[in-house]
Amino acid sequence: MIRDQGIGSKLWRFAVWALAGLFVLNLLAVIAAVLVNSFATRWLGTWLPAGWTTRWYFDAWREFQLSNVVLVTFQIVFTVVLISGIVGVVTAYALARRDFPGKRAVILLFLLPLLIPPLTYGIPLATVLYQVGLGGSFWGVVFINVVPSLPFVILVMIPFIEQIDPRIEAAARVFGAGTGSLFLRILLPLLLPGMLAALLLVLVRTIAMFELTFLVAGPTTQTLVVSLYYAVFASGVRAGQSIDAMAVIYMVTTLFWLVLALQFVSPTQIVARAKQQQAA
Amino acid sequence: MSGPSLGTRLAARGIDGTTLLVLPGIAVMVALFVYPFLYGIVDSLTPKEGVWYSNYTRFFSDRFQYGTIAATLWLALPVTILNMALALPIAFRVRLMNRQRLLTTILVLPVTLGTVFVADGLLTFLGPQGWFNRTLILVGILDAPVKLTNNYWGVFASLLITGFPFAFLLTLSYVTGIDPAIEQAAATLGAKPRQRFMRVFLPLLVPGLAVTFCLSFVQAFAVFPSAVLLGAPAGATRVISIAAYQAAFEQYDHSMGTAIAIIMGVVELVIVVAVLGLRSFFYRGPAGGTKG
Repeated sequence: MIRDQGIGSKLWRFAVWALAGLFVLNLLAVIAAVLVNSFATRWLGTWLPAGWTTRWYFDAWREFQLSNVVLVTFQIVFTVVLISGIVGVVTAYALARRDFPGKRAVILLFLLPLLIPPLTYGIPLATVLYQVGLGGSFWGVVFINVVPSLPFVILVMIPFIEQIDPRIEAAARVFGAGTGSLFLRILLPLLLPGMLAALLLVLVRTIAMFELTFLVAGPTTQTLVVSLYYAVFASGVRAGQSIDAMAVIYMVTTLFWLVLALQFVSPTQIVARAKQQQAA
Repeated sequence: MSGPSLGTRLAARGIDGTTLLVLPGIAVMVALFVYPFLYGIVDSLTPKEGVWYSNYTRFFSDRFQYGTIAATLWLALPVTILNMALALPIAFRVRLMNRQRLLTTILVLPVTLGTVFVADGLLTFLGPQGWFNRTLILVGILDAPVKLTNNYWGVFASLLITGFPFAFLLTLSYVTGIDPAIEQAAATLGAKPRQRFMRVFLPLLVPGLAVTFCLSFVQAFAVFPSAVLLGAPAGATRVISIAAYQAAFEQYDHSMGTAIAIIMGVVELVIVVAVLGLRSFFYRGPAGGTKG
């Protein structure tokens, strides 16, 4: 490592750290503001609220019918994860192991949903879903969420599968393994860490996916983040603390899975798609 | 004359049973992405009334509508450039840090919590009685609270809070991909820090930075919930996604809504392709120190 000792370098280093510190401070303060407000009895024009209470959580749970919303959220999210997981791993396996004519076009097809704005494909898809009668239904929400999730799983899994030596599979074949047992006893155990990471990342992203779910969610198929949006949008109808209590509940459900995901991946991978594995 | 069987010939070109495993994925994408997209193009060209292109002429003749393109770019471009300008030097410092994990974990929070949560938090934090204004008054920078919500700056702040960590984590993954031995070699040969950055790192990083710019821009350009919650959705922050949503789901004109959504995609892709095209003028090659 190189350390420069000039006064200019020191000043520059200090400025960069100060900026980074300032950002982290503001970020934590934004989250803390939600937390503090959700426990506040009254918070008007002071640094901290007048008193503390937990009653907003009970209010929010009842008013926003959160037991239903949380249940629906998890049903939708797990279905999305299951579909994009199974289809994604199978597709990624073919793309990682074979070179075939038109492979570049296929990869482009999977890259496009990540490159164009969600509303650009979301509005036509929502229109189609409403016309076939799936608008507002459970499967409508699942289908629209699969569009960005499936490519994400595929792009995470391709480098992961590429690093598994194909000779391991060949050796298993030599020793008489059929396709079924090859998959169950050789590939699955090797793929499990990568799959777990990819699926947890999809899980976290789908819980937080607002734009697409918002387009097709009906009254009974709202996920947490969509309910939160409506609550903030109509703020003034309910107490602000109640909305923030719901925001905290949303945060906890997201962070639970994020913490679990971070056991398997480094934070940079959440945005950078398995770069480190490729380098290894 | 009998050549090898069809199966063998196909296998030689890379098509066999394993290749067919790609089909379920393609089927899902065709059904949920390609078909609706083509349907949308046709839908946008069959307006409720008027000639086939009247949705597009309506959009480009109404200042309230075509102004949204400028409003979106006026938000997305400055934020993306600022995010990149902050992310690069900080990533360069953090790359030398031993315990990156705590910092990267904190920074991944807004990315995973999403814009709706951040917008809710910022409404309290940036409000006239919020901690931000209070601190600035306490320090003496301000005399009276400034209005930072329900206008341009509220949306700007939300895009900064969610966009900077995204740009930073991407940049960090590119920066740490460069072999430190390259920098040491440059330093041994007498390059000053500025020279090392401008002549060694920057050329190696340009492709990665172009991709980071594009992905950050895509996110900022698609701004929707925070523009409604934190901005002035009828005024300065009426971004193009609001226009598309209103046409499709408030005026129930899915033909017009789809047309605006397609205009939105085209504008965004033009900028992304332009940036990626500029990238090809720069060096592209290995950033590792080993012999290739």
